Amino acid sequence: MKKKKGVYASKMKRATHMLFYRRHQKPGVKGWELHKALGVDYPKVLDILDEYLKSLDLQVKTVFEEEITPAKKPSIEELDKARFYITLRGELTPKESKMIGWRIDDLAGLGVAISYIISKKGQAPRKDVENLLGQKLPGWKVSLNIDRYIRYGYLQQDDNDQLYLDWRTRAEVDERELINLLLNAETKKSQAKSSNATEEDTKVDEPENE
Amino acid sequence: MQSKKEQKKIGREKLQRIIEICMAIENRTRDPFLLNVDDVISVVKEYFPQWQEADDLNLDSEAIHHLASVIKLQSEWVKHRSTSLYTDPFLLEEKIMQRCKEEMLEVFTGAWHPLVELEQLSLHSLAEAMRYWDGLLPLKERWLELAVSEVALGLASREELIQQRILGEKVFSDELECNWRDLKEKVKEKGVGGKMFYWDFIGADTYEETVQRAFLTSFLITYGYATLEIHPLEEEVFIKPFEMPNTKICTQQSISIPIAVTYENWQRWTRGELL
Repeated sequence: MKKKKGVYASKMKRATHMLFYRRHQKPGVKGWELHKALGVDYPKVLDILDEYLKSLDLQVKTVFEEEITPAKKPSIEELDKARFYITLRGELTPKESKMIGWRIDDLAGLGVAISYIISKKGQAPRKDVENLLGQKLPGWKVSLNIDRYIRYGYLQQDDNDQLYLDWRTRAEVDERELINLLLNAETKKSQAKSSNATEEDTKVDEPENE
Repeated sequence: MQSKKEQKKIGREKLQRIIEICMAIENRTRDPFLLNVDDVISVVKEYFPQWQEADDLNLDSEAIHHLASVIKLQSEWVKHRSTSLYTDPFLLEEKIMQRCKEEMLEVFTGAWHPLVELEQLSLHSLAEAMRYWDGLLPLKERWLELAVSEVALGLASREELIQQRILGEKVFSDELECNWRDLKEKVKEKGVGGKMFYWDFIGADTYEETVQRAFLTSFLITYGYATLEIHPLEEEVFIKPFEMPNTKICTQQSISIPIAVTYENWQRWTRGELL
């Protein structure tokens, strides 16, 4: 039993080295690399590591090939083809995001570009995204920002000037959550407005009652 | 009554128009549901018996090919609308426009989980680097001036250049075609499932010939005559020829796959240790 624990501890260390330190041009490790280094039970090692990372607000993120997350428990073949990353488990506050080198405009622009592309079924003409960003950002900055998002791996562009989501968005952004937040933010805002209005109404009513 | 020639002309024009509309839809400038698939199929069916020349049959198959792409787009559209990720783009655009920068930032950070990665030197990599530095010859030794003896200027014939292996005996494209045919034949003879082990194809009696075959094979893959299938876990590399050159490959974003064709690897292959 003790021996088994020791084996998993050493495998966990090896997995940590592989996942935290960049080995290729892009961060992350392919499943088959982990399979080769840790053995066939590498999904279990990753589960243990994920559990351990929970207390540090980090997680092991799995991105399946061609963005298709298997409906059932993924098979070892599917996991071998997937890519694994270490990402933040929770959320950054807007203040923290500034500390890691992002300007508020750039990050808000990234959020807009990603959500717009999602709403267009994962593909949108660059011109449309530029027009949308150009309504709130200076023109010279819009194109520079989109190029930056492409360079970082959030977006990709084809020869027909169509923009798509790229590997970093798939690894870092919870697309469903982003759309929900965008839609719910409106509801919250309108709810807050209506409750304020009710309060004001009551305030107006009060003197009359007096 | 229209003559057959005129009917064919009208048919060609109709097919051309169908292809143009389909291409516009494929480029996402038009809604895929603007195209009535039944109407298009009936047009294609109507004119199909009249096509005899290869060009007309090509046009017909091109129209069917593009129509298939549009149907695929329609099915994707339906699939997307049925997922919980679907939101009306206009509604979403409206929501985005209503948000100020701060609100948008708050929304995005709620769904953003940035990657964590470290870049740091390790003792091992430092030691590796030191070993490399120790073995590196000084520049003045590496870049020794070549002692070239002076010779009189003259013209070299094609035969001389071939003899000195500056030029090949065949035109490169012919050599490539020949290699492609060779690959297809070998796959038919020894291959399984339309593919064979990469080393079994490039491997030859001499190391020089193996390198030459690997060089040509790399062009076969780059120009879309064949493709590689890699099983990383088993460390197996297969080569698979295409029946017709896939010209689309040249316009797609490609990746480089390094395969070391070293003398040691060639020796391992001759001993049957390498696939």
